[in-house]
Amino acid sequence: MSTPILEARGLTRVFRVGGFASRHDLHAVDDADFVINESEIVALVGESGSGKSTIARLLAQVYTPTSGEILFEGTPLSQLKSRHDQMRYRAAVPMVFQDPFSSLNPSYRVSHGILRGLKLHRPDLDAEARRAEAERVTEAVGLTPASEALDRYPYEMSGGQRQRVGFAQALAYKPRVILADEPVSMLDISIRIGLLNVMAKLRDVERVSLLYITHDIASARYVADRMMVMYAGRVMESGPVDEVLQAALHPYTQLLVAAVPDPRAKMTMTAAQAAGEPPKVIDPTPGCRFADRCPLAREVCRRVTPPLLELQPGHHVACHVAAENLGMGEESMGGEPMGAALRGAESADAASADAASSGAEPAGVPGADA
Amino acid sequence: MSRSNPTPSAGAITTAAAGAVTTTSADAVGRDPKAGSPLLEVRGLSVVYDTSSGSVTAVDNVDLTVNRGEFVGVVGESGCGKSTMLFGIAQLLSSPARIAAGEVLFRGQNLVAMNDKQLAPVRWQNMSVVMQSAMNALNPVKRIRAQFADTMKAHGVNNKAEIRERSEEVLSLVGIDKIHLESYPHQLSGGMRQRAMIAMALLFTPELIIMDEPTSALDVVAQRSLMLQIKELQHRLGFAVLFVTHDMSLVSHFSDRLVVMYAGQVAEFGETRTVFDTPAHPYSKGLLEAFPSIRGPRVPLVGIPGSPPALSAVPPGCRYEPRCPLAYADCKTVEPALYEVNGVLARCLLYSPDHQPSAEPVDAARKESEQ
Repeated sequence: MSTPILEARGLTRVFRVGGFASRHDLHAVDDADFVINESEIVALVGESGSGKSTIARLLAQVYTPTSGEILFEGTPLSQLKSRHDQMRYRAAVPMVFQDPFSSLNPSYRVSHGILRGLKLHRPDLDAEARRAEAERVTEAVGLTPASEALDRYPYEMSGGQRQRVGFAQALAYKPRVILADEPVSMLDISIRIGLLNVMAKLRDVERVSLLYITHDIASARYVADRMMVMYAGRVMESGPVDEVLQAALHPYTQLLVAAVPDPRAKMTMTAAQAAGEPPKVIDPTPGCRFADRCPLAREVCRRVTPPLLELQPGHHVACHVAAENLGMGEESMGGEPMGAALRGAESADAASADAASSGAEPAGVPGADA
Repeated sequence: MSRSNPTPSAGAITTAAAGAVTTTSADAVGRDPKAGSPLLEVRGLSVVYDTSSGSVTAVDNVDLTVNRGEFVGVVGESGCGKSTMLFGIAQLLSSPARIAAGEVLFRGQNLVAMNDKQLAPVRWQNMSVVMQSAMNALNPVKRIRAQFADTMKAHGVNNKAEIRERSEEVLSLVGIDKIHLESYPHQLSGGMRQRAMIAMALLFTPELIIMDEPTSALDVVAQRSLMLQIKELQHRLGFAVLFVTHDMSLVSHFSDRLVVMYAGQVAEFGETRTVFDTPAHPYSKGLLEAFPSIRGPRVPLVGIPGSPPALSAVPPGCRYEPRCPLAYADCKTVEPALYEVNGVLARCLLYSPDHQPSAEPVDAARKESEQ
C-alpha cells in the first residue's frame, strides 16, 4: 500500500470553554485515526456538533491539534516549517466552504480569485498560462463557456454555479485533497446532484481526493468511496461506503441509517429509538459516548472507551458489542488501535483473515444480506 | 402498513430493542373518514410583491384544500413561493407583498376579507404557525414560561394557575420536562427549541397548524424524531397540518397529500403515495430522481439542469419548459392548466386533452415517465 496523502494519528482537539473560574475542556475531536488515499472520496458524516468541521479545520491548519498528529505524504505537519513547505501544503489541501454566497468576494470577477491563487501557488506560470489554466479548471467544474464564466461577478451566478467556482479555485492549485465542508447543503435538491457529479469527476479525471463533510448520508453514499461516521467527537465507524451503510456494525450508524428519509423504502424507526441527543463532550469520562442512547449498551460500555478496531478488512468500528460479536472484543484481542493496525497492515490482515476463517458471523448485528 | 417489512439495516436495531418497539406506525396514513367540507380551502390565491420595477407574482392562482386532521405537504425549490403562500394563507404578509386575488376559506370564513381585529380570535386558537427557525422565533431574553404566558394572555387567558397548568401540559405533550419552562431558549438544544415552538402552537389545541420548514435546521436523527412526534400528536389531538419543506423525501412517510410547487404555481397535487410512486409532472419526477438512495444499486443521477425562472420574467407557456426533458413545441406557447391524471392534478400539457402532438412522441414520453 502506498503512502496515504493524509493520515491522522490520535488527532485530538480540545477547546477551553467557560470563564476562568469555571474552565472546562470541550473535546471537539478525540483520538481520531484515519487516512485519505490517492484519488478517493472520503465522506465524513455525523450530526451537527459531532466534530466534522473541526477535523476539516485541523487538516487545513486553521486549528492546531491539541495532541496527535497529521501526516502529509508521510511527513508530520509539525515538520513543515519553511514557507515553501507551508505554501505547498496549503496548495495541496485547499478547502471549499459551505456557503457559496459569502465565500466569494462580491466586488471581484470570478477570474480574480482563481488567478490570484494561481499567482501565489504556481509561480512558474506566466500571465497567459495562468489565464489558460483558469479556463481549464473552470471548464473542469462544468462552467462553460469558461471565458465567459470567468468574466462574471458572483451576483450574476446561481448558488450552484458559485459553488462550482469554489471548486475551480481549489482545483487551480493542483491539489491532492480538497476539503469540502458541506459543499452542497445550501443548494437546492435539483442542483445538488450536478455538484456531486463534479466532485466525482474531479476524482476520476483530475485524480484529486476529497474529504466530503456532510450530514446528508444519501449524498455521501452517492459519491463517496469510503465513509467515516463521527459521534460526539469520536470516529465510530469507517469503511467502504456500502459496507458501512448496508452492514453497519455500530449501533449509532444503524440509527443514523434508519433515520434517513427514503421515499422508496418503508419507514422502520419508532419515536422511542430516535429519542435522545448527542452528549456535550465537556470534561468527558471514559466510556462509549453513545452508551446512553445505545440499545445494546452494557456495563463495560460506560466504563471503557471502545477503541477503533478493524473488525473486517478495511472496516473499523469502535464498539465493544460489535467487537465481541465478531470474536475480537477487548478480552480476546487486547484492543489494538487502528493506527497500529494500519502501520502493521499485514498483521491486521492476518487477524481479520483469522476472524473470517473461524466463521465469526455478525450475530445480533445487522445482517450482511443487504 | 405496520412494521411488517423492515429493511435489513434498520431491522438490526429493531431486533436489538425488541422489547421497546412500540406501535408508532408512522407509515399509517391518518385520514379522517368523516371529513366533510375541507377545513381550509384556498381558491385562486395570488400574492404579488410590488417592486420599483413592477409587481412580481410570487404565488400565482393557487388552489388548495386541507381537510380536518389531514397532513398536507408542500414541496419545492427555494424561491418557488412556498413560504409566501403560507404567509398568504395565515394573513401574515407585509408590504411589499400583498394578496392580489383569491380567497382563503378557513372554517367557512374568508380570512382575506378580515381585518386584524377579526383575525385575532382565529389566530392561535384555531390556526397556529410554527416558523422555520425556532432560535429566531423565540425571544432570547425571556424564559419559555413567559413566552407561553404571553401567548395565552393575548388570547384572554389571565388566570395564572391555568396558564401554568396548560404550559406544563403542552410541554409534556412534546416530551420536554416541565423544568424547562424556566429555561431560556439558548439553554435548549435545537430539537428541543423546535419542539417548544410546537408546544406553543398547541396551547389552544388549534384545528390547523401551519409549519414552515420546522426541521430544516436539525440533523437527520433529530429530524426524524420530531416528525414522528408531530405525527403522533396529530393522531392524538386531531389537528390538520400544512407542512412546507424543500426536502421531498422527508414528507414521503408523513403527509397524506402532497403539493409540488414550481415557480409560484402548483405543479402537481395529489395523494402523497401516488405522487411518489408515479409522479405525473416531469418536475416532480425530476425532483424525485435528484435524490440519491441509501439502498439499492448506486446509479448515476443527473438532477435537473438549469434553475427555476425568475418570477419577474416567467416564460410564456409552461414555466418548466426550459428545463423539461419531455417538452415539445406547444410547451413554449401554451400555458398548461391543472389536468387530472390517475387521480392527481398535474400542470403539464402531456395530460391536456387538446394539446397532444402526434401520438408517437407522447407515448414515448409517457413510457419514459412511467419508468
